[in-house]
Amino acid sequence: MRKTYINGLGSISAQETFDSVFLEKAEINEIDNVLSLKTPIYKDFISPVAIRRMARGVKNGIVASAMAMKEANVSSVDAIITGTGMGCIEDSDKFLKAIIDNKEAFLTPTSFIQSTHNTVGAQIALGLQCKAYNFTYVNGAVSFESALLDAKMKIEEQEANSILIGGIDEITDYTMSLFKLAGFIKKENESPYKILNSNTKGVVFSEGATFFVLENEIKSTTYAEVLDIEIINKLIVTEVETKTMDFLKANGLQVSDIDAVVLGYDGDVEFDDYYKILSEKLFGKTPQVYYKHLSGEYNTASAFGLWVGAKIIKTQEIPEIISVNNLEKLDYKTILLYNQYKGMDHSFTLISKC
Amino acid sequence: MEMKGVAITGMGIISAIGNTVEENYVSLVNNRIGITSIENILTVHSDVIKVGEIKKTNQQLVNELQLSIDNNFSRTAMLGTIAAKQAVQNAQISSINEYKTGLISATSVGGMDMTEVHYYDYFEDENLIKYISSHDGGDVAHKIADELGLKGMVTTISTACSSAANSIMLGARLIKAGKLDRVIVGGTDALAKFTINGFKTLMILSDGYNSPFDNDRKGLNLGEAAAFLVLESDEIVKKENKKVLARVSGYGNANDAFHQTASSENGDGAFLAMEKALQVANLKPEQIDYINVHGTATPNNDLSEGRAIVRIFGEEKAPDFSSTKPLTGHTLAAAAAIEAVYSVLAIQNNVVFPNLNFKTPMHEFNLIPQTTLKYKNIEHVLSNSFGFGGNCSTLIFSKNE
Repeated sequence: MRKTYINGLGSISAQETFDSVFLEKAEINEIDNVLSLKTPIYKDFISPVAIRRMARGVKNGIVASAMAMKEANVSSVDAIITGTGMGCIEDSDKFLKAIIDNKEAFLTPTSFIQSTHNTVGAQIALGLQCKAYNFTYVNGAVSFESALLDAKMKIEEQEANSILIGGIDEITDYTMSLFKLAGFIKKENESPYKILNSNTKGVVFSEGATFFVLENEIKSTTYAEVLDIEIINKLIVTEVETKTMDFLKANGLQVSDIDAVVLGYDGDVEFDDYYKILSEKLFGKTPQVYYKHLSGEYNTASAFGLWVGAKIIKTQEIPEIISVNNLEKLDYKTILLYNQYKGMDHSFTLISKC
Repeated sequence: MEMKGVAITGMGIISAIGNTVEENYVSLVNNRIGITSIENILTVHSDVIKVGEIKKTNQQLVNELQLSIDNNFSRTAMLGTIAAKQAVQNAQISSINEYKTGLISATSVGGMDMTEVHYYDYFEDENLIKYISSHDGGDVAHKIADELGLKGMVTTISTACSSAANSIMLGARLIKAGKLDRVIVGGTDALAKFTINGFKTLMILSDGYNSPFDNDRKGLNLGEAAAFLVLESDEIVKKENKKVLARVSGYGNANDAFHQTASSENGDGAFLAMEKALQVANLKPEQIDYINVHGTATPNNDLSEGRAIVRIFGEEKAPDFSSTKPLTGHTLAAAAAIEAVYSVLAIQNNVVFPNLNFKTPMHEFNLIPQTTLKYKNIEHVLSNSFGFGGNCSTLIFSKNE
């Protein structure tokens, strides 16, 4: 079976992740319940005329994908596969507001055109003049993992050698106000917002774009091999351990083979038990990593998690700022990632050193 | 002997021309069009547009699905659930998680139908807050999976109007790769003010009845629908002696990389998608007996798709082709799923469905759609679906040998 390697990364997040090595400039913000992005200089990547028309997700997606391709040293790809939980809500909000406020009159098509979920993938294809396979997944917290699984299958099917994948989500003020109303976001008066051992409901929200170049060959820029991905729509807390064991077993691995586990802890007291049960039981003696205190939670935050996992393997270190239990290993060979959101959209991802 | 393609063992559909597969077939062979004035959505455009609307109110759908009073289903999710349940029943599945089973849904509007009604009211009426979480596309798939009792791989594709073709494609690949034993694939989209106004501003909505591949075509009628198919591995088919309705034998996806909404003049994306699908199916163009074209009846689509068909098949050798959108309207992310059902019906009944409302051939090429019902042996059907973002998809369905 052909293998899949991560050969390039690009990330726009709430941290400075584009001009740094591995979170050495990261800062923990426990004051805000919506984290804002650290943005690059867009005009270094996109023409100023084009920038004005682009929503944040499109801009961030284009820049993060360009970074990943530059690092992997590729100028074209055989497939572009994106994931986005909420899609292009900036443009869809704009168009919907105009419909309602103007009672369906005086509308222009621009924001409608850019509101479709596949806009980022399409704009990247347009920019690269890439006529290849182009898919967009929209399924909550497994939007990105669906793209990852598809890409791995494409390489195994010998349909592609080089694939660009990414997870993109953007926020708008109105959507954030709705999410606060619905209780998805932590209440204003409950800061400092601790992600570990939290006793409050909801999450600290954010947005971001994280892209990867996946290829079937090892090269000087290779971070890790992607061994396997599994997606499950629903689990109850007591099933997580068994499912994790099943997943490891299917890959010929045991708990002791896992050198670090990257967990999607997001500080929601109602759902953090999914991670706690793994932290306290199966992986009690394994170095544990968390990242959503840095990235914030959003549907494709788990792409940031994979970015973290890939960086650990490449740098062979776990920065203190992301360590859950301060355990260390001499060699980080195999890493397991586990994520879920609100008890749904569970994903297990395995990566390893080459 | 190795079977060509992945077995389809069940289908379900709800559209403007019928609430079941049988009702849809009866409408298809009797030219019963589902394009009417809009009733379920209050819009200022109701006098000037016609749509392919399912004549059931949300309350009727809630009752039909026996949902609880505090449910937060969008119309998209309800239509999808109805179609998916039919498909599972049609495939005679009694224990959904007996095999490794997945659900690949597709939608473009997701829960927009509820969001656009309640947008500003969430802050006024706490009873509406439940709909905030039903806005995103994934919520639709989650609800369908829950209603089916399915636990496993669930995901959703959203590539505008080609979405469901891509969900069928992914499902077939997952079966072929052995990652799933069984997968329910398809798509669902409800009519919404959002899309009505979107297509209106693009000036591609017809003020009458859409007439695909006609020289004087004036644009599309929007529609709403949902359809799902059950795909199963040959191991299950054999073990359970399942009836195979037809097979997914080919698929291809390509990007036009031309414009966010318009198709290229030569139909590069469409050409590449059809070429790839033929290659996967290991078929020559002349083996295709019928093309269910995307045929939205917008000036741009039909020209671009027609040119791509000429490039693949040759102007004089194009197989019988028709668009079924004069009957159903363009059902966006569900279009490829309902047209997959129609392709299977074409194979099962050896019939080409007519392309209604056609009068004058396009002057750009000599392609004349099949305008009357035509019975002939049908082995292979090619179905096209194209979407915004240059997304072009082709599926090929073949008779089970």
